[in-house]
Amino acid sequence: MRALIRIAITGAVLLAILALQLAVQAAFTEYVQRIVLLAGINVILAVGLNLINGTTGQFSIGHAGFMAVGAYGAAFVGVKLATPVHAALGPGVLADALIFNLALLAGALFAGVSGLIVGMPSLRLRGDYLAVVTLGFGEIIRILFNNATFLGSATGYFGDDPSGLPAYTNFFWVFAWAVAIIAVTHNLTFSQTGRSLTAIREDEIAAEAMATPTTRLKVTAFAISAATAGIAGGLFAHMQAGVRPEDFRFEKSIDMIVMIIVGGLGSISGAILGGIFVAVSLELMRDLQQYRLVLYALLLIVIMIVRPEGVLGTRELHHLFRRKKPAPPSPPSATPTEGA
Amino acid sequence: MRILRRTLISGLCATALASAISCKKAGQASGADNTKDAAEIVIGHYASMTGSTAHFGQDTDRGVRLAIEEANAGGGVLGKKLKLVTLDTRGDSAEAANAVNRLIDVERVSAVLGEVASSLSLAGGRVAQRRKIPMISPTSTNPKVTEVGDYIFRVCFIDPFQGKVMATFARNHLKLDKVAILKDVKNDYSIGLADAFQKAFTAAGGTIVVEQSYSQGDTDFSAQVTAIRGTPAQAVFVPGYYSEVGTIARTADRLGLKVPLLGGDGWDSPDLFKIGGEAINGSYFSDHFAPDVSTAKSQAFVANFTKKYGQAPTGLGALGYEAALVLIDAIKRAGKNDPSAIRDAIAATKDFDGVTGKITIDAQRNPQKSAVVLKVEGGKAKFETSIAP
Amino acid sequence: MTQFFQQIINGLSLGSIYALIALGYTMVYGILKLINFAHGEVFMVGAYTGFYAAGALGVAGFEARNQGFPLYLALLVLIIAMAAAALLGMTIEFLAYRPVRSAPRLTPLITAIGVSLFLQNAGMLLFSPNPQRYPAILSEVRFEVFGVIVTNIKLTIFAVALCLMLGLHLFVQKTWTGRAMRALSFNIDAAKLMGIDTNRVIRSTFAIGSGLAAAGGILFGLDQITINPLMGVLTGLKAFVAAVLGGIGSIPGAVVGGLLIGLAEQLTAGYLSPEYRDAITFLILILILLLKPEGLLGIVRVEKV
Repeated sequence: MRALIRIAITGAVLLAILALQLAVQAAFTEYVQRIVLLAGINVILAVGLNLINGTTGQFSIGHAGFMAVGAYGAAFVGVKLATPVHAALGPGVLADALIFNLALLAGALFAGVSGLIVGMPSLRLRGDYLAVVTLGFGEIIRILFNNATFLGSATGYFGDDPSGLPAYTNFFWVFAWAVAIIAVTHNLTFSQTGRSLTAIREDEIAAEAMATPTTRLKVTAFAISAATAGIAGGLFAHMQAGVRPEDFRFEKSIDMIVMIIVGGLGSISGAILGGIFVAVSLELMRDLQQYRLVLYALLLIVIMIVRPEGVLGTRELHHLFRRKKPAPPSPPSATPTEGA
Repeated sequence: MRILRRTLISGLCATALASAISCKKAGQASGADNTKDAAEIVIGHYASMTGSTAHFGQDTDRGVRLAIEEANAGGGVLGKKLKLVTLDTRGDSAEAANAVNRLIDVERVSAVLGEVASSLSLAGGRVAQRRKIPMISPTSTNPKVTEVGDYIFRVCFIDPFQGKVMATFARNHLKLDKVAILKDVKNDYSIGLADAFQKAFTAAGGTIVVEQSYSQGDTDFSAQVTAIRGTPAQAVFVPGYYSEVGTIARTADRLGLKVPLLGGDGWDSPDLFKIGGEAINGSYFSDHFAPDVSTAKSQAFVANFTKKYGQAPTGLGALGYEAALVLIDAIKRAGKNDPSAIRDAIAATKDFDGVTGKITIDAQRNPQKSAVVLKVEGGKAKFETSIAP
Repeated sequence: MTQFFQQIINGLSLGSIYALIALGYTMVYGILKLINFAHGEVFMVGAYTGFYAAGALGVAGFEARNQGFPLYLALLVLIIAMAAAALLGMTIEFLAYRPVRSAPRLTPLITAIGVSLFLQNAGMLLFSPNPQRYPAILSEVRFEVFGVIVTNIKLTIFAVALCLMLGLHLFVQKTWTGRAMRALSFNIDAAKLMGIDTNRVIRSTFAIGSGLAAAGGILFGLDQITINPLMGVLTGLKAFVAAVLGGIGSIPGAVVGGLLIGLAEQLTAGYLSPEYRDAITFLILILILLLKPEGLLGIVRVEKV
């Protein structure tokens, strides 16, 4: 019975997204549609990064590297799969959907594995050191792609077609994956495992003393967040003509950090808001072109000084809708009865 | 239930924000249908105005802007004034695509100019092609850029041609057998040009003794120069941008590497001489026009540019100006402010007399023009020879 | 063989500059346990201050007449640049780091990243993104020793770096403020309880570190010929790795680390491939943090619960 309800909800959500896609495509210009897609991809990035930076408290500032692995992986696999799948299923929406999702999963797998490779040695370190090491790994990944001739090195990977990579990414896929990732992350965060992760954030040594397998959990969370960055990368790759190493510089990692900081480190809804905020604000700030990056940096500093917990802190949006529990009945008066 | 509710709320927020953005701009129909009745002709330019390659984008934009202003001073085109909108791509390919979309949907451009980097032109070009807005790249040299579709053009050499120019010059003119290559691996222009040179030079019977590399933005070249010093190279082909070439020349001079350097049009900038000083004398590079054997038109351009901006133009500035001129000429010939007519007019450009020589756009939408090889002497570039396609 | 020695000399001169910058990182981290990401930008501002100061003092005139820039003016340029950088360092500390000093570790880290980004982009706006040729504050003289080419600039780098590092060592060992700095790096709360004005000492730390970075900036400009507003990004990061390699919090460690990183970078660029010169630094960072996290000359700190 529960399974049926679950399937029904999933179906309903997917239909809602499809309906929303038609509405968005009818109402908005291509320019705005693209921004909406980028916002959706940002949401995936932010929610994924929040799992390791926010919930588990392990600060990684090199996640652009995993996005790159996912992007290149998905692009490469997608191009290679196109011919056999089209031969088997013919051209059309079904074949494209199959290729795309397989490519995304491949990208996520590659990214997850690189997350494991990076995480295992790095997560022995704490705080600032972990941050710098992840930064280093992010840069190393980018340098490796820059030197990979079979992937186009600095020019980038554009697939085999002169017009670039096939444009599989659209509203439906971005938001379907976004909802899926949000659901999974939410369930993970509010489960027993999630509580262990939060425990690691709050006091790692105490958690260790309480027999929490901290290293295993940290590395797993890191790998999962790398995989989600990989999905985002794959989605990103298929709305561009190609992927280049320059698109995954340190600045991209900083963008991701800003997303989760603004919304609130440790809050999934905060990450969602932050992701949307970054995509939208960069466009709105366009009129201040020259000063855009300066203001962006100032924003970061000011937030840290004035309200470091961001908009939501570690709370979730739906906590605001929780009905207040009625106050428990006051205990029988402990004071001796007054004289009549 | 909570998940569903929260997702819906987030979705609504997102849609609300999206509608907020779109409402900010005036109500728009799809695409560029409304350009015909506009009081101005709007031209878009997307370039890296901020970020690590900001100086290239800004250089190009200065040239474009000058051309537009001169056209407006001369009465405009088809009786209307030209309006230039420049959008920043931050050196990012996602931004390049965003910028082109915004130019089309929000600014209602009839045509776009851009970008400097080939990979960014590929990103923006795909959008322009799909939306059927003609695009002219001033400086992207990778052959793939114009292969995106029939709405994409360029006014600069493509890598295979320019590489062959310098290879022919090195082999036939300078009679060199052994050359080393020092390329910028972070820059697709440099990689493409190095590849083309290597192919052409070896095909003509020469040998490449060693290939060294650096990254755009590097300042220390002592390792590479020291390595080249130990080989029998008679010259070094450095197909990079002026920002690094000057320093490379000085480093070579300092470390006792006395052979001439060879390069491409990325060298073209007053900064090359400022930074390279005496070390760059005796080197050669290919370019679009020679400052000392130039036409009245190009001399006027240099003078006007210097007057307006207080600095002499770089090759990028000249190409930006050229791209704008070709576009303006095409609009005049098209006779109407219609993107597809403009596209046809650009494709029909024949013997257009620009500042970088006579331009004819061929069937692959690339320009057929001669290259000149310049020699650096006494802190100036002097005409050495010219090589036709 | 001469190529090897040439790479060594180049590596040592680059490494000396890294050492000067690393000193600033290591001193600040020792006291505040904060990676001052903006330190690389202070280095950049120091270089540019030297550039503009030299211009104001008429270096272009000397160059045109092929005369050497007088030594006393060169020293003046150095002092101006060091003072300006010290001022910048103290301002950053006061405005951006002091308000978040008591916050959990992540907050100052992000603030530092923000300050770094701010200065980079402000630099692009103020100084123009074009690379600028560094003025000949010291005219270049070349010597050839057994086929290895050494310039007087490289010798100056060694000399200046050595003097400054010795000066710092004496300062930290012999003066009151220096002793206070060491005390703060041991236990900042205890130092406060002992009546030390921690704010003043921290300010001085930033000032001194920034001054050293500025000296490094001018030397860098002289050696590398050009400067640009983004020069502090990668150089700063490598200097930080140098500080970690030598042992964060240890001043001799920063020097050793700087020289080692400089050598590693040059040898990798010369014998492996220049494309990996940056990657090797990060690789060293990862290795040292995994194998010997307290650094080569650092002290093992036991974490008490």
